[in-house]
Amino acid sequence: MKYAFFPGCVSKGGCPELYQSVMQVYPKLGIELEEMTTASCTGAGVLQEKDQKLGDVLNARTFALAEQRGLPIMTICSTCQGVMSQANLRLRSDPDYLAEINRLLAEEELTYRGTTNIRHFVWILLEDVGEEGIQEAVTRPLTGLRAAPFYGCYLQRPTEALGFDEQPSRAKSLETVIRLLGAEVVDFRGKSQCCGLPILTINERNSLMMVANHTLDAKTHGADVMVTPCPLCHLNLDGMQSKAAHQQSTTINLPVLHLPQLLGLAMGLDSKSLGLHRNLVSPGSVLEKVGVEF
Amino acid sequence: MQTTFRIRRFNPESQSHASYEQEYFLETEPSDTVLDGLIKIRESIDESLTLRCSCRGSICGSCGMRINGQATLACKTKVISMISEGGTLHVEPMKNMPVIKDLVTDMEGFWKKIREVQPWLQPKGPVPKGEYVASPESMDHLTGVMGCIMCGVCVSDCTVLEVDRQFLGPAALAKAYRFVADPRDGHAKTRLVQLNKSGGMWDCTRCMECVQVCPKGVGAMDRIMALRAKGMEKRVPTTCGSRHAEVFAELIRQKGVLDEPMLALRTFGMGNLPKLLSFIPTMVQAFIRGKVPKSGYFHHAIPGIRNIRRLFRRMRNQK
Repeated sequence: MKYAFFPGCVSKGGCPELYQSVMQVYPKLGIELEEMTTASCTGAGVLQEKDQKLGDVLNARTFALAEQRGLPIMTICSTCQGVMSQANLRLRSDPDYLAEINRLLAEEELTYRGTTNIRHFVWILLEDVGEEGIQEAVTRPLTGLRAAPFYGCYLQRPTEALGFDEQPSRAKSLETVIRLLGAEVVDFRGKSQCCGLPILTINERNSLMMVANHTLDAKTHGADVMVTPCPLCHLNLDGMQSKAAHQQSTTINLPVLHLPQLLGLAMGLDSKSLGLHRNLVSPGSVLEKVGVEF
Repeated sequence: MQTTFRIRRFNPESQSHASYEQEYFLETEPSDTVLDGLIKIRESIDESLTLRCSCRGSICGSCGMRINGQATLACKTKVISMISEGGTLHVEPMKNMPVIKDLVTDMEGFWKKIREVQPWLQPKGPVPKGEYVASPESMDHLTGVMGCIMCGVCVSDCTVLEVDRQFLGPAALAKAYRFVADPRDGHAKTRLVQLNKSGGMWDCTRCMECVQVCPKGVGAMDRIMALRAKGMEKRVPTTCGSRHAEVFAELIRQKGVLDEPMLALRTFGMGNLPKLLSFIPTMVQAFIRGKVPKSGYFHHAIPGIRNIRRLFRRMRNQK
């Protein structure tokens, strides 16, 4: 189980605890990673607002770099995954377009043949590590913990690009992993909706209302914690939660964990090594519930 | 196949004015659509069940509703594709619009927003003697968006409309694109200036709900992104949205990766200092918690950045 690791900008920037926690958990799951240090940002859908083809060129370059190594790509961000999956679909389904993009890559002596598979860590957990592998790694089942999944739009839509037809289990991958870790899944309507981050600088009121709606809804349904495979969602749901609560004249205080942080807790790792002290909403109540020192 | 239809019902004449769920047990055929099932219920079990439908062939756009948590056309959705033997189908009216009765919603707000974007050709210059001529090549890219049947499904599941009814919404914005990008229209810039305002093209979150649910492949969000690109190209007044996209692209060109603090600083700019300052408490809290990447707050360029810059140059030259 070896992958070309695409950490994404946010795990190396605004959410360093995500990178830190992935580094802690992956060796214990039989995964090997080669980090793609020369790959660029995917464009996150923002660059694509300006120029989709430029986004496709940059992503094709990343796919070609992985192809050269003969490795599939592992992402840890729903947005990176979605943007790359969409670009890959466009490139694979139009040979003329792929040839045009390859002409641009030729100066760097790169060619993309269309063979690179890109998969999010949560899919790799289920499809490669497998249920048995996960269960073997769990040394501290999160019994009694009620966890609300929050996917991030691009890990749910569009399903065609994300391969949901070939791998139907991807639609509920997060719930499956939460259950395998021994925690209870809290279902709520907003789990597949937008966290609001893309419009934080454009329409802060709407963005924060989305944060408040999702976190309050999860809490109302009994969640102790929210868990997300998307660091961009984390930036808003965790980072902006207190501001969102202030806007709604309420208190929320729902800890939001990155998926590898939750996984690490179930694997017996301590809170510091998982970077839990870096989460802005204190995860103290979660740690107390699973019997880990903060 | 034994099927349970769990339908959200609402009768405006009831005293409680509250909606409720009602279950109907029905034998469905493998060829039955959800609409077939609902009509069977209305004809053989409960004639008070109210729904809107007409063509039964995904053309008229009348039977938009939410089936198992997602908006779609009931006439295009096979029961067998949604549930297995003995399963329960959840049917609700569309969201983001008032319910008139049971599965019938009030589309007046929908049409008002469509009218707001002036969905008719506004050519410039002298009127031609014959038709306004456009080459097939210049119209090809509009085929998808012209396939919109105004069913309201995208509006129902729009996550922005859920928190802000002032947002124009995916259907009206896709319709606006249809005219902005029409080679015969002479008012693209005026239209884009209107769409640039609050509640317009920059308020979309890019969540892809509208792309996923559209029964006709219109891809409303993709049209909204195309409107943004056209707005930047035609230099309509900058907004936080357009600056965000411009700065984002420039940072990738410079460093290969995103530099979040720089993105925030340059998106708001010194002209919007109060907004920038309002984020300081969060930034201070993040600093105290040690939310600092190894490389420090301001990122370095990735190894081999010259390759990225060259690709940017090539693409710019192509334009």
